[in-house]
Amino acid sequence: MERALTNFIRALRSSEVRVSTGEALDATRAVALIGYGDRSLLKESLGCVLAKSEQEKQVHDRLFDLYFSHSESTSKSDSHSEESQAENGESQPAPENLIELMQSGDEAAISTAMERAAEAAGIDDIRFSTQVAYYAQQIIKQMGGEGLQERLLEALQGREPENETDAQELIDIRRDLTMRARERAERAFDIFGAGETQQFRDDFAAEKRLSALDRYDMERMKTLIAKIAKRLAVKHSRRRKKRNRGQLDTRRTMRANAGLDGVPFNVIWRQKKKDRPKIVAICDVSGSVAQYVRFLLLLLYSLADAVPDIHAFAFSHRLKPVDDILADNEFEQAMTKIIREMGMGSTDYGQAWSDLKVNHESIIDRRTTVIVLGDGRSNYGDPRADLFREFAQRAKSMIWLNPEGRALWGTGDSAIPRYLPFCTQMSHVATLKDLERAVDEVLSAYG
Amino acid sequence: MAKDISTGYEPLTSIEAVTSGLATVGYISTREISTSVFLAHGLRKPILIEGPAGVGKTDLAQSLAKWLDLPVLRLQCYEGLDEGKALYEWKYGKQLLYTQILKEKLNELIGSADNLSQSLGKLSSFEDLFFSEQFLESRPLLTAMQQPAGSVLLIDEIDKSDEEFEAFLLEVLSDYQVTVPEIGTIRANVPPIVILTSNNVRELGDALKRRCLHLHIGFPDAARERMIVQARVPDVTESLLKQLVSFVQGVRETDVKKRPSISETVDWARTLLLMHANVLDENFVRSTLNVLLKHESDIAAVSKEIPRLVREAAGPDKAGRTSSGYPDLG
Repeated sequence: MERALTNFIRALRSSEVRVSTGEALDATRAVALIGYGDRSLLKESLGCVLAKSEQEKQVHDRLFDLYFSHSESTSKSDSHSEESQAENGESQPAPENLIELMQSGDEAAISTAMERAAEAAGIDDIRFSTQVAYYAQQIIKQMGGEGLQERLLEALQGREPENETDAQELIDIRRDLTMRARERAERAFDIFGAGETQQFRDDFAAEKRLSALDRYDMERMKTLIAKIAKRLAVKHSRRRKKRNRGQLDTRRTMRANAGLDGVPFNVIWRQKKKDRPKIVAICDVSGSVAQYVRFLLLLLYSLADAVPDIHAFAFSHRLKPVDDILADNEFEQAMTKIIREMGMGSTDYGQAWSDLKVNHESIIDRRTTVIVLGDGRSNYGDPRADLFREFAQRAKSMIWLNPEGRALWGTGDSAIPRYLPFCTQMSHVATLKDLERAVDEVLSAYG
Repeated sequence: MAKDISTGYEPLTSIEAVTSGLATVGYISTREISTSVFLAHGLRKPILIEGPAGVGKTDLAQSLAKWLDLPVLRLQCYEGLDEGKALYEWKYGKQLLYTQILKEKLNELIGSADNLSQSLGKLSSFEDLFFSEQFLESRPLLTAMQQPAGSVLLIDEIDKSDEEFEAFLLEVLSDYQVTVPEIGTIRANVPPIVILTSNNVRELGDALKRRCLHLHIGFPDAARERMIVQARVPDVTESLLKQLVSFVQGVRETDVKKRPSISETVDWARTLLLMHANVLDENFVRSTLNVLLKHESDIAAVSKEIPRLVREAAGPDKAGRTSSGYPDLG
């Protein structure tokens, strides 16, 4: 049973529950205390030792049910199988045994034999759903399926009527066996493979061009963005205070030591408070860029823990604040609304800057990071770089995220070269990874 | 060696013992909770309890201590909590006072010395005297280590403390020892049972989580909640108990900002009892809803639902009574 536990922990690890060696040892000790006798008790105990959050607990419980569903049947008939193991030794089991076993209809014995075959086939290494058929084949082979096949061929070649009934019986047995083996392989995939496949797909999605994502990917992206947001929030929600050693806070030191006859035992140093991040996102929501805006806003708003102070504006022709829309609606609805309201009309960056200047000038101060998301294609209108420069000077930093590659900057109606000198940074953002990096940099500047 | 000392943990023999033991002090446990307590003792690991406010996280520690008859040492975490307040501090004032009093003695001692190095030697031997356990003000963590029969150490709302403090806790929690540079390492003869609680204000570090058993206490189901209210407010009548608990359960299902927790149910039961309510009545509910809900908007939202919730709370109960009543009539 030790082995069962080790494998179970491996299954947990492949489903993104991080189990350290120390915890694995704890699990062993817990099992020693509790025993394998009571299944639900075992589940609770392992859940308590191995899972470290509500989410992990759910994964654990699901896997536990999957994993120990077959262990139980094995342990019940352990004595049974020990005998047959002794008879057969390590050699390939004879087809007679297999046929006899399948005909007997002894569920416990069949599943025990299948369990052994599955183990011999190394089923725990299964990673992808495409491997199910292969492993099912391997299980049958381990159980002596080749002999069964030969027997079946012999029976089919025979001319006697009893040969025919024999053949029919063998075909039934083979079908039954294949089905069981397949089920077993699928279950192994659910336990060991599903997590890794998920991971693989996540990695793939994170590197895919955002504009090329289809509907199917959207749901995955949402969970992925939630994960990224959590990662960033943990990283950046540290205490924003730093002791500034060397500068004595005289006033507080005197007060703290008043009871000690004024002898400064407790020395208090001046503390410098770090600024909380303040982000103003200005998003071009015209057709070509809208998809990127969706992800940026989703990411920014998932960061509410680390960055409470976020304001967003959207424009194509006229610029308007969208905080209220985002606060009052479900995210998808809000996006649709924003695009319907602001996304029509030809893009005019100059108009957007002057709208910002007239209506919302005070929102940008020296603590603000301004993130502009757009391609800078302004339909040959006046880009009003003078206003942009003014904002850039006033803000802490001006970050431009451009969905277009560097080679395209300045081609056609792109006004990027006019803005570039005033940006703290302009980067090409094509994938979710780029987006994460950009937001990470913004937050790091407040460290 | 120290094993011979009788510890206060002896009643922790099995999971059932934990459940029944906690019940004797009025804490209605679930098997999950009892399992973690049992394992925490068996594996000598702290329990990290997460869950919404007011579901009995802190209460578990208090009840456990009460049942085992051990001291409970509570460390309330907050932003800026440091070692000085959690572990130990020198009694500066006392040290200062003693030096003042012993000034003359000191002068005598140093005066008798021939040269500077000799007097310095005398002075330094003196200093060791001042940095001894006598002048050590022990705070909850150190006190917990020093209990001869063990103790329950409650580190409340760990998520409110800073990350530095969390890192500092690691030594204490994994080895059950603390190091005071001037004295040395103080090791617990009998490790305390450590319970940490978190409201998830901040995500805790992996290192800390890894050292703890994880327990999530959520809102209780109706049966357990009834038992808890019964234990806390024994005077409440059976029928009112049933109704008020199913009302609260109904409120939890509606879309409210802050869902009422067990402590609020208990408070509400007490309130209704004070008002001599025997059945759940719409007017009673309306006038006491502020005990149950703490947000203006929540109260407004639930107020609209009161007739439905009261009906539902009374519904299944009535049905149950009539069906069981029929045979009696017949």
